[in-house]
Amino acid sequence: MHFSRRWVLLAQHRIGERIHCIHDTFYHSMRIEMTPRLTVPRSPARRSNFQLWHLLTLAGSVLAVATAGAQGDSTAITQNDPRIGLRAGYNNAAEVARNLELVGHATRPQNFGNPQNPGDFGFLNGDLAFRGNYAFQGGFNGFQIWDISNPKSPTLRMSLVCPGGQGDPSVYKNLLFISVEETRGRLDCGTQGVADTVSAERFRGVRIFDITDIDHPKQVAAVQTCRGSHTHTLVLDPNDTSNVYIYVSGTGPVRSGSELPGCARGVSLSDTTTSLFRIDIIKVPVAAPQNARIVNSPRILADSIGAIGGLWKGGAHGPGTQTTSDTNRCHDITVYTALGVAAGACSGNGILLDIRDPANPKRIAAVMDPNFAFWHSATFNNEGTKVLFTDEWGGGMAPRCRATDKLTWGADAIFYRAGDRLTTAGYYKLPVAQTDQENCVAHNGSLIPVPGRDIMAQAWYQGGVSVFDFTDPAHPREIAFFDRGPMDSTKLILGGDWGTYWYNGYIYASEIDRGLDILDLKPSDQLSRNEIDAAKLVRFDVFNPQNQPKFVWPSSYVVARAYVDQLVRDKGISRDRSSAIARDLNRAEKLKGTSERAALTQLANRLDRDSRTASDPARVEALAATVRDLARKQR
Amino acid sequence: MKRKFKQPVVLLVTTFIGVATASGQQRPIYTAADVRFMQGMIGHHAQALTMTALIPERTTRQGIRVLGQRIEVSQKDEIRMMQQWLRERHQDVPAIDTQHEHHAAAHMNMPGMSMSDTLMPGMLTAEQLADLAKAHGDEFDRLFLKDMIRHHEGALVMVANLLGTTASGQEPEVFRFASEVDTDQRAEIERMNALLETLGASGAASHR
Repeated sequence: MHFSRRWVLLAQHRIGERIHCIHDTFYHSMRIEMTPRLTVPRSPARRSNFQLWHLLTLAGSVLAVATAGAQGDSTAITQNDPRIGLRAGYNNAAEVARNLELVGHATRPQNFGNPQNPGDFGFLNGDLAFRGNYAFQGGFNGFQIWDISNPKSPTLRMSLVCPGGQGDPSVYKNLLFISVEETRGRLDCGTQGVADTVSAERFRGVRIFDITDIDHPKQVAAVQTCRGSHTHTLVLDPNDTSNVYIYVSGTGPVRSGSELPGCARGVSLSDTTTSLFRIDIIKVPVAAPQNARIVNSPRILADSIGAIGGLWKGGAHGPGTQTTSDTNRCHDITVYTALGVAAGACSGNGILLDIRDPANPKRIAAVMDPNFAFWHSATFNNEGTKVLFTDEWGGGMAPRCRATDKLTWGADAIFYRAGDRLTTAGYYKLPVAQTDQENCVAHNGSLIPVPGRDIMAQAWYQGGVSVFDFTDPAHPREIAFFDRGPMDSTKLILGGDWGTYWYNGYIYASEIDRGLDILDLKPSDQLSRNEIDAAKLVRFDVFNPQNQPKFVWPSSYVVARAYVDQLVRDKGISRDRSSAIARDLNRAEKLKGTSERAALTQLANRLDRDSRTASDPARVEALAATVRDLARKQR
Repeated sequence: MKRKFKQPVVLLVTTFIGVATASGQQRPIYTAADVRFMQGMIGHHAQALTMTALIPERTTRQGIRVLGQRIEVSQKDEIRMMQQWLRERHQDVPAIDTQHEHHAAAHMNMPGMSMSDTLMPGMLTAEQLADLAKAHGDEFDRLFLKDMIRHHEGALVMVANLLGTTASGQEPEVFRFASEVDTDQRAEIERMNALLETLGASGAASHR
C-alpha cells in the first residue's frame, strides 16, 4: 500500500464532503476491524480504472475510520462490462457471454406458463437435479423432465402439474423427491389450493415419486412435516445402501396441531436463552419408499458456538414437535458424503455438521459474519478445505446487485475449513452492477471439476451466470459469464437463473421464466482447453446439487496438460521446464506399452525434483502424481 | 343499481377462494386479508425506516450502524415490492412518510377499529418513538435493539396471522413474500439478540 498516494488523494476531497463509510463496501485488501479481506476481480482491461478507483476508496475508507460517522454507500463499480445496458425482454432479451457459449435452450412448456404474465409466481421454475440423460426441473407449478442426451437440443420428456412451492427436486435411482411448502399444496396435486386453515387435503412436506416409468411418475409417498419443505437434501449412508435420507429444511409457518398431530405453535417468537437449529430427517427405504417416515428431528443447542452436543428425540416417532420459540431453522444444507460433513445455514449462521451417522447429524462448528450477512446455503471445495456460504439476502426477490449495494451482502463468503474450524478468507460478488429491475443475489451453483483449482458456476438470478475461481479465496476472480437483459425495463419481473450446475461436461441453468439454458465453457487465458477437457472427464450417473460428489480425475494426458497450463499461467515453474514437460508428455504419448511407461516414469521422477525448487510445489507434485498414475496404467 | 363497496367483500372471500384460470388450470388468487397484509406491512416497514433513520446521529457503534443499513435496504425494497403488488391488483397503496409516523399507514384498517386504535404488532407508540429519539450512545443502542426486536417479532406475528387466515397466503407471490420477510427478519432478530448480549443487560454498561 502506498501511503503517500493515499494521503494525497485524501487532501483532494472537499472539506465537509460526506465521506462514506465504505471499508466493507468496496473491494480492497486492507483489514479494518473485523472486516475480512475483500477483493476486486481483476481483468487486465480494467486494471487502470480499478487502480485509481481503488486508491480513492482506500482514501475514503481511511477517512471513514477516522470520522466514524458515515453511512455505507458506493459508486458504480464497472463502466465497460458488456452486461451493462442489455436490452430487456422476455424471450427476446439481449444476451451476452464471455468464455461461455449458450449451446442449448428450451422454453418452458405451455402449461407451465401464464401467457398474460410471464413472471407469474405460480409458474416460476426452480431448481435442478440430474440422472443419466435427464434433467429434472422443479418449480412452482410442478416439475419438468428434460431429455438432455443431446445438450445442444434439449427436449421435454414429460411435465407434471403439482403445485406447492419452489418444488426443489432430488433424484436417486427410480425415486424423485420434491419439496412442498406452500399452504396451497395438496395431496392430490390439485391446483385449486386449500382454503381451510386445517384440512386433510393439504400437503406440505416431501413428495416421493416412483419414476421407473418416467412418462408416468407415481406419487408413492407424501411425508408431511410441520413446516413443509422449503428445500431438502438427499443424504446417502455409505454403510447402508438400502436406505437414503432426506434432510428437510422447513422455513415456512408451523401447521396447526389439528392438521398434523405433534406440530405446536408456541407464543414466544424469540427465545434468548436457547437457540435451536432443527431439521427433519426422513428415512426412505429405497425398495419400499411408501414406508418413508421421519425418524429424527434433531435440535442442536447453539448458544455456545463451537460446542458439540444437542437434544435428540431419539428413535422413530411421528411428525416432530416444535414450538415457535425456536426462531432458528435451517435453510439449505449441502452434504459432502465422501468427507462425512455437511455445511448449511441456520438462521443466519453458517454451520458445519458431522453426518457420518446420517440419521444423527451433529453440529461441529458455526460462524456468524461480522459484516451482518446472513447465510442461506453452502458449497465445499473439492478438498473440503474451503466452504463457500451464500447470503441469499431477500430470497431472490429483490435487486441486490445495484451499484449502491454492499459487496459483502447478497454475496458469497468463503471460509477456510480445518476440521471443525472455520476462518474467514474472502468474499465474492457478481462484479457488475445490475439494474433496479433485476432481482439479483448470490444463489445456487456447483463446482466445475477442473483439477487443481476451485472453480464454481453460480446463478445470480437476473444477474445471470457467473463462473469464478476461488482457489485463492482472498482474491476470487470471475473467469466466465452469461447474462441477459432484464425481463422488463420498467419494473421488476422476477426472473433470471435460479441454479446453475456443471453436469457431465456442460453447465445447465434453470431460468425462472425462460426455461432451460445449456452452456459450454470456452477456453481463455483464465481457463485452457486442457483444463476444460479435464473437467469433462468427470462424469456422474446422478447429480443432486446439495449432495456434493467428490471429484476424482482419471489418469490422463489431458489432466497432466491441465496442470502444465496452470503452472505456466501462474508461473509456478520456470518457462524452460514447463516447455520441456509439455514436450516430454507429447513424446510419451506417441509411445506404447513399456516404452511409454518408462518415459512417463522418468518424467515423474524429474517432476519430483522440480517440485523442490518450483514456486508452486504442490501443483508440480500433483502433476507428478498424475504422470506416475498414467505410467502405471501402461502395460 | 350498482352497489359500491368501500372494502373488498370480506365475507364472501373468506368462505370461498377466488380462482383464476391460467393455462387451463384453476388457481387460487389473493384475498382481502392478503391485501390488508400488504397494506399494513407497508406502514409497519415505514416505521422501521423511521427508527433506522435515527441511528446516524445517535450512535457510533459499527454493529448498530451496519445492522441499520441492512434493515433499511431490505425494508425499502420490500415496501417497493408491496406497492407494486398492490398496484398490479388495482388495490389502494397506502401513503407513507418515513420521516414522521403516518397514522393511517401505521394502523391496520380493520372494520370496527378507529384510526387511532391499536397499532400493528410490535410497533412503537409515538411516545416510545420519542424516547428512542432522545437516547444516545449505549442507551440508544440497547433501546434500539429492544424496540427493533419487538418490531420484527411483530412482523412475524403479522405473517403468522396471515397464513393462519382462511384462504390467505394461497397466491404463490404472497406466500413467498411473506416467507422471505419472515426468514430475513428472524435472522435479524438473532443478530440483534447477539448484539444485545454484547451490550450487557439493560441498565448496566457492558464490561466485556
